[in-house]
Amino acid sequence: MLHIANLYASVAGRTILNGLDLDVPTGEVHAIMGPNGSGKTTLSNVLSGRDGYDVSGTVTFDGVDLVPLAPEARAAAGVFVAFQHPVEIPGVGNMYFLRTAVNSIRSHRGLPELAAVEFLGLAKEHMARLAMDPAFLSRSVNAGFSGGEKKRNEILQMSMLEPRLAILDETDSGLDIDALRIVAQGIERLRSPHRSMLIITHHTPLLDDVQPDRVHVLHGGRIVRSGGPELAHELEADGYGTLPIGVSG
Amino acid sequence: MTSNMVEDLVEREYAFGFHSDVDTELAPKGLSEDVVRLISAKKDEPDWLLEWRLGALRHFLTLVEPKWPNLQYPPIDYQDMHYWAAPKPKPQLASLDEVDPEIRATFDKLGISLDEQKRLSGVAVDAILDSVSVATTFKKTLAEAGVIFCSFSDAVREHPDLVRKYLGSVVGYRDNFFAALNSAVFSDGSFCFIPAGVRCPMELSTYFRINAAQTGQFERTLIIAEEGASVSYLEGCTAPMRDENQLHAAVVELIALDDASIKYSTVQNWYPGDADGKGGIYNFVTKRGRCAGARSKISWTQVETGSAITWKYPSVILQGDDSVGEFYSVAVTTNYQQADTGTKMIHIGRNTRSTILSKGISAGHAQNTYRGLVKILRSATGARNHTRCDSLLIGADCGAHTFPYVEVKNDTAQVEHEASTSKISEDQLFYCRQRGLTEEDASTMIVNGFCREVFDELPMEYAVEAQALMRVSLEGAVG
Ligand SMILES: Nc1ncnc2c1ncn2[C@@H]1O[C@H](COP(=O)(O)OP(=O)(O)OP(=O)(O)O)[C@@H](O)[C@H]1O
Ligand SMILES: [Mg+2]
Repeated sequence: MLHIANLYASVAGRTILNGLDLDVPTGEVHAIMGPNGSGKTTLSNVLSGRDGYDVSGTVTFDGVDLVPLAPEARAAAGVFVAFQHPVEIPGVGNMYFLRTAVNSIRSHRGLPELAAVEFLGLAKEHMARLAMDPAFLSRSVNAGFSGGEKKRNEILQMSMLEPRLAILDETDSGLDIDALRIVAQGIERLRSPHRSMLIITHHTPLLDDVQPDRVHVLHGGRIVRSGGPELAHELEADGYGTLPIGVSG
Repeated sequence: MTSNMVEDLVEREYAFGFHSDVDTELAPKGLSEDVVRLISAKKDEPDWLLEWRLGALRHFLTLVEPKWPNLQYPPIDYQDMHYWAAPKPKPQLASLDEVDPEIRATFDKLGISLDEQKRLSGVAVDAILDSVSVATTFKKTLAEAGVIFCSFSDAVREHPDLVRKYLGSVVGYRDNFFAALNSAVFSDGSFCFIPAGVRCPMELSTYFRINAAQTGQFERTLIIAEEGASVSYLEGCTAPMRDENQLHAAVVELIALDDASIKYSTVQNWYPGDADGKGGIYNFVTKRGRCAGARSKISWTQVETGSAITWKYPSVILQGDDSVGEFYSVAVTTNYQQADTGTKMIHIGRNTRSTILSKGISAGHAQNTYRGLVKILRSATGARNHTRCDSLLIGADCGAHTFPYVEVKNDTAQVEHEASTSKISEDQLFYCRQRGLTEEDASTMIVNGFCREVFDELPMEYAVEAQALMRVSLEGAVG
């Protein structure tokens, strides 16, 4: 399970995470909601080891201390982030990228590399489920993809990499109705007793499709409220205005 | 690569007895008529060629070395060099175990096969019968198609009229300092002639070169594609090449007649010097093609990662109407390497088109300069050029410079220029690392992506090698 205690993170002299506590037991799906700028993406960056933050506090995953680990080591330990704004990498083939990623994670797990043919078969299978045209494999990573296509590509990577902790940062933002359903199904398929998920979202529809075990509200750099799935609807009705504000950043 | 290796070996050792007919001689230091006469005599050249060499020498002696490139190097004393040395066989090694472990490690990283490694490092190999027949098949296929592919010296002997007609017709010895020097003292090189209407049945690589002449400091290449002929020529290899001679000044001339096309690809990985820049090769090359005929096409693709100093502007003279010139380049400089490279596209014919795509990568303390000239003459109605120069900087101490010169004398011409300078972005690096790639793998992948459009122009097998080469070249420069 993911265990976060008293987590502080600051960047450019600004404290963004301010004593955050959160536990996500193995097999559970938790949602994180919170106003713009409350620190959701920062949390995802800090969990996945992005440089540039001053971090203190505890972050362990299945007992392993993540804090000193490089991003690739955390990825090897099973941490995956579906990014809010997936980056474009011109000239790098999507298929090549995906295969390199899959094989580097596999080698960390002591599994043999997937041969090209095997990989391609698997990728096409996953793409079919996500209603993605196989043509996306031969394009450059995210280059010229529409917003929704980028998000779907993130889910494709997640499905192929089979992470043990999946963090989805606003994967549902900018998706049309059909895409939302497809992505929700993609997430639902990955739900497993061996996997934890953290879904960052502003919207309830995704949470209606993917019923989270818990919903948390991030505000002022800490979790200010937690509840069951009904909390999402309550927030949708009332907004964040009525929330007790934690320690302000 | 086994077959190439055997080809090379067989041709050299058996067919021509290359080693047996040369003395172990060295011309006296310096450049003089006597030295040029000696070279010509050694090669048993006809008088016209000797006269041509002497003309080049006289012209050379009136010139001073160009100072305009953006390059810094200690002065070269041209009178303190030997311009003729009898070809020496590489020291033969009994096994790969005798090869410098560092070089072997590089071979492995480049994915060079064991047999090829042996060939490159001069390990004795048994030529097995099967491969001999492969070599013979190559030669037969070319001969049946009517393609002439041989060393420059052989061409002078066996096809003197062709050589005489075309030698110096694209790069005259008055062209520039280094071309004059080469013309006076060139040692050997390659000659290739594709007769009218023939598509060369295989890619011509210097691996296959018949009677593989040792590269030498002053190499000369001449490729002629007659009407409707086409050829793809590959020069160099990704394996690191060392040479005792620091100065290299080659000349390459290409001629394409009506509807002919020549694709010339280079992967160059000469010794760039140590981390402080000491001991690397100075590479001053003149490469030029003439699209002499209507609808002809000449395409240069180069991947340059080696040499301490590179001075090189593969160019195209677009003489025939509707002819096409292309230049695709990746130039990598690391440590203290310096490259001043680019192209010239000279539009003379109507509706001539040229494309320039230059990708410069600098790391460490390296300086990478793109210098390009697009010249549209008054006669070139409807000419078009598109130029893009992208620079990628790795680290804070390197530099990228772009000097695009444009001269347009015909106002129907369209000339477009785009340029960009970027760094490997933190976002891209983090994205890759989040997916499990190490920082070094991520950087290499991003750099290869940056070069992709150029690599796509390389013949398939070279493209794969080029990617491995980028990794090796940038080792230690990123991360
Ligand atoms: N590098 C930085 N320098 C300065 N401020 C930063 C930096 N990175 C993040 N911040 C600030 O930290 C706060 C939290 O940002 P973060 O991206 O985590 O918010 P978020 O909750 O994901 O918002 P949204 O819902 O809009 O995606 C914002 O006010 C942001 O401007
Ligand atoms: Mg965010």
